[in-house]
Amino acid sequence: MTAAVLPWIEAAFALALLCSGYRLLRGPGLPDRILALDTLYVNTIALLVLFGIQHDTQLLFEAALVVALLGFVGTVALSKYVTRGDVIE
Amino acid sequence: MSTLAGLPTWADALIALMLVVSAFTALVGSFALVRFSDFYKRLHGPTKSTTLGVGGVLIASAVYFTLRGPGFSVHEILITLFIFLTAPVSAHLLVKAAMHLARVEHGPPR
Repeated sequence: MTAAVLPWIEAAFALALLCSGYRLLRGPGLPDRILALDTLYVNTIALLVLFGIQHDTQLLFEAALVVALLGFVGTVALSKYVTRGDVIE
Repeated sequence: MSTLAGLPTWADALIALMLVVSAFTALVGSFALVRFSDFYKRLHGPTKSTTLGVGGVLIASAVYFTLRGPGFSVHEILITLFIFLTAPVSAHLLVKAAMHLARVEHGPPR
């Protein structure tokens, strides 16, 4: 059952990636683009985990963890840069 | 596909149901990013709905690898905890950045 449903789940997350990519390219303001980048990272984590289920491997969890960390640090750094004009004061 | 061979039927159905529900939730959250009109409205989709959806996918993966592999699978719980802790923080910083930019461009709020 899961094997039958898994490609559709991945397609749904690919569509979610396209949505956030649209906002990343189109977004009127800087916060919109940062938010779209954050969403892109979060959807990428889900897609990595789904590939891990599909190929029955636990190798991709480290990659997902690294992507989560990078996404959070990137969002915080960009927001701090927009707010204060500097990342580390 | 032969990847899900060793699982009992109830676990297979449970994982499939969790995956479908959480994929729908995450897709709704990302679609909100396209459809909503204002930045403050747009913030609601990714920060709540997409986070919940990705957390559901991770929990489903934890169930799968716990039933499949030797012992309890903790990686996904770690990632879920991390995402659920960091999503409010980044949303708060984003709102602060957006309010700062609005104040710079349009003057202080009346």
